[in-house]
Amino acid sequence: MTELFANPWFHWAFYTVLLISFALGAVMGLIYIERRGMGRMQSRLGPNRTGPFGLLQAVADAVKVLLKEDIVPANADKVVHWLAPIVAFVPVLLIFAVVPFMNGAMLADLNIGILYVFAIGSISSVGIFMAGWSSSNKYSLLGAMRDVASIVSYEIPLVLAIIGVVILAGSLSTNEIVKAQANIPFILLQPLGFIIFFAAACAEINRSPFDLLEADSELVAGFHTEYSGMKFAMFYLVEYAEALAMCAIISTIFLGGWQGPVLPPWLWFLVKTFGMFYVMVWTRTTFPRVRIDQLMALAWKFMLPLALINIVVTAIEVVIWPTPAGLPWVLIIVNFAVAGILIVTWSRLMKYGWGRVETTLR
Amino acid sequence: MKLHFGNGLLKGMLVTIKQNLRHPTVTQYPEQRLNTSRRIRGQELVWNKTRCTGCATCAKACHQGAIQIVTATNTENNKYEVETYRVDTGYCIQCGICVEACPYDALFMGARYEKAKYRRAELVENKEQMADSLDRPVSGYFHPERAEKLPVQTLLVEKINEDRSKE
Repeated sequence: MTELFANPWFHWAFYTVLLISFALGAVMGLIYIERRGMGRMQSRLGPNRTGPFGLLQAVADAVKVLLKEDIVPANADKVVHWLAPIVAFVPVLLIFAVVPFMNGAMLADLNIGILYVFAIGSISSVGIFMAGWSSSNKYSLLGAMRDVASIVSYEIPLVLAIIGVVILAGSLSTNEIVKAQANIPFILLQPLGFIIFFAAACAEINRSPFDLLEADSELVAGFHTEYSGMKFAMFYLVEYAEALAMCAIISTIFLGGWQGPVLPPWLWFLVKTFGMFYVMVWTRTTFPRVRIDQLMALAWKFMLPLALINIVVTAIEVVIWPTPAGLPWVLIIVNFAVAGILIVTWSRLMKYGWGRVETTLR
Repeated sequence: MKLHFGNGLLKGMLVTIKQNLRHPTVTQYPEQRLNTSRRIRGQELVWNKTRCTGCATCAKACHQGAIQIVTATNTENNKYEVETYRVDTGYCIQCGICVEACPYDALFMGARYEKAKYRRAELVENKEQMADSLDRPVSGYFHPERAEKLPVQTLLVEKINEDRSKE
């Protein structure tokens, strides 16, 4: 078996098939988790009619959507309209190439894995902008513009939040980062980084409370208003595949990836990924959608400075205690204290009118 | 001054996770039904064949003229029989005046629902369709002694059994 995997062509073919089937299969699972979990949090049941416990609801929806008529608006830019779902979908699949399922079990162990993820990951917003532009619909275009605005803003805290992890791990390779978390997951050493990364990731993949580009109440469905049938299914798939990719990345760099006792490594990875997704469902159910100015203010006034301070603090810590494995408890306490103090003090500045305006808001 | 540092976010998340852990407050309608109120008036008429004397007080009392009653003497059995008893439920406004008017307690309001029909002709109910039976529960309207015996209203199903194959 090992000599078979030593053959690069076999390795490539095996992991390509595995990753595509994993992405498509897990998306079904995510949709089920989201609809049922959200239902329970809203004191409902969620879909439970199709199959046992509603497990086949995603399959039924997929079949329905694939059999629907594919409508292209008369004034649409046909080629761009046709290409947009593919341009949005391919980069999401590419992210999975550097996600380690086990020790070294990944399509490509790039030594710049994390950089690759964020270089590739933001391409799908090009697909979304193409969709908004080509639909010749003002609401679609507005949604796409908001998407570009939020991605440009949130890419910065997203990447800065990771630099702390990279400093601690000393590597950009995802597999090396997981190996560096053998003793302690980085969520404990980088609590502030985790919070910033999680919020920025939610904005990056346009999940509620940052789902301004879809904003059902104002923009109908944003960029995919004019899409139907299989192309709509592609966008739906992109939405959840992005969420899956982000959850996989979070569990890789903050939760220790495949590291864990008793259970086999791939199962640990899946448990962490799906658990992370449940937290995303939880935040989605809880929080109302932010306004576009609040979205920008959060990115530039709150997350960016905190992410920069986090990098400085982490760098100082690494210089003072060169082997973090030696003194993890001191570091954990210091980091949680720093995160708490920074969030509380900085939130003082996030008040109405930058804190200078008196309000009677409660 | 109260401190606000995003603790509202945490409070909100606590609320949703509490909802997640408790029972959903929904009823799986066609399989699970809640008991209606004892004081419900009801949407149909239930007619008791044995008590009815064919006096036609109900038909006279009906403001809508929805009740048709035809009586005849059965010479063979030496009996006075109700030949036809029909109500056009399309005209019935469920006012219950016929039930109040009946001197022999032969007419009741029924608490059954899901009475929608596809054709107007199907709305006309005859003797057999209106007859008193077990699957046509009588409501407590104008008969408080009956209302007391009705099951107590339920607002929530205690335990939701999602595996419908077990039912």
